[in-house]
Amino acid sequence: MERRVILVVLALAMVLPALGQKYKAEKGETSFFSKATVEDIKAENTQISSLFNATSGDIAFSIPIKGYQFDKALMQEHFNEKYMETEKYPTATFSGKLQGYTPSGPATQSVTAKGKLTIHGVVRPVEIAGHVEKQGDKLLMKSSFVVKLADYNVQIPKLLWQNIAEQVDVTIQVTYKPQ
Amino acid sequence: MRFIFRTLFTALAFTTCLTFSARAQDELLQELSTGQEDQGYIGQAFKGSRLVNGHSVETTSAGTLEFIFSHRFGRVNGGLYEMFGLDDAFVRIGLEYGLTDNLSVGIGRNSVDKTVDGYLKYKLLRQTREGVPFTITAFGSGAYKTSPKDDETPAGFETIDRLSYTGQLLIARRFTSKLSLQLMPTVVHKNYIGLGEGDTENTQAAIGIGGRIKLTRSVSVNAEYYYRLNATDNSPYKDAIGLAIDIETGGHVFQIVMTNTRGMIERTFITETDGDFFDGDIHLGFNVTRAFQLKSHKGK
Repeated sequence: MERRVILVVLALAMVLPALGQKYKAEKGETSFFSKATVEDIKAENTQISSLFNATSGDIAFSIPIKGYQFDKALMQEHFNEKYMETEKYPTATFSGKLQGYTPSGPATQSVTAKGKLTIHGVVRPVEIAGHVEKQGDKLLMKSSFVVKLADYNVQIPKLLWQNIAEQVDVTIQVTYKPQ
Repeated sequence: MRFIFRTLFTALAFTTCLTFSARAQDELLQELSTGQEDQGYIGQAFKGSRLVNGHSVETTSAGTLEFIFSHRFGRVNGGLYEMFGLDDAFVRIGLEYGLTDNLSVGIGRNSVDKTVDGYLKYKLLRQTREGVPFTITAFGSGAYKTSPKDDETPAGFETIDRLSYTGQLLIARRFTSKLSLQLMPTVVHKNYIGLGEGDTENTQAAIGIGGRIKLTRSVSVNAEYYYRLNATDNSPYKDAIGLAIDIETGGHVFQIVMTNTRGMIERTFITETDGDFFDGDIHLGFNVTRAFQLKSHKGK
């Protein structure tokens, strides 16, 4: 009896994640905003890739740091060269589970993504709240959260502390289509 | 007994599920990263558009206007009487604008020989992670000497004689994020020679070599040397040597300079450098640049 249960569970565990309804990011935009005494800094990035397995709840994001576009070219250069060390750490990633989403549930659902966020080579466990909206066979996910630069070992020179905030507001919005 | 077994099995099954699920998340991430291809342009080789006296391969980004204030004091070995050179000042005020990310245009006015100069700089090739090993920029400039005054010129001196031209190929490679080297084959043509003694060649060729070592993420040390290829033995002029410390803060680059030339344009520092660096004929100076973003850089 027990042996049979184990076999079934094992088989399910292996097959289920592969079987689930998978979604792939069709388009997306993420931006961050830093508010400091001297200047507000904003950058946008549309080069997001993401996969979401609606059955298992597994979700992953990968964002190339080079994709962030600033108004000032010099600022973009410094962002990559001095702060994010983009050559060493080219992407920011998240992998984890989306909790609170039921495929048969209402059109808009509040969800929490729980997993590992990797920025600037530093991996941290995070919980990020957001929304999922069903739009026909597509899904729209939205979230905004705060990232503290010190948590990810991003250092601001003392000379520039008035220009760069200690934490930035990140927003992300991704449209998924079934894969 | 049976209960214990059941609990054990459930626990085992549960952990198995978790393990596979964690694997599934990482697989998702892996699936993503294989789909992302980096176009692989490597970061800038130098912080500013100037290495020390001469240009670096870097051009000004599209829509950015750069104000460049360059300044050289007199010679350090002038002693206390000259306040170690601080009594003298040579100044170039310049503007550089990025028409595209690869094409810059610049103008400037230099107090040495009261010269007005203009130039175009075009980035022909950009170093990539794999494939292209160098960044290559073509540089062309013209300079108009407004000194001496028309009624003080030697006999036969015409307005066109005030002009000189420079053509340069700047070839740089960023070896690591800390070390970049640059080679600068250069030709300078002067329409008129003889205002300076021993200035015997209208067309002079030089090869420059330079580089930078980054000390911290905001500070780097640059060096530059121009070797004159067809300088005559009796030429009173010397090869230009320059050292600079670059300090970058936000929209500014400060360069603190030590060099044996007063010149801040190619004609002067390549063909008319009169100081002997190792004899203490060193000018302290600085280049200060301030970038103004006139057009949004987004979507470039």
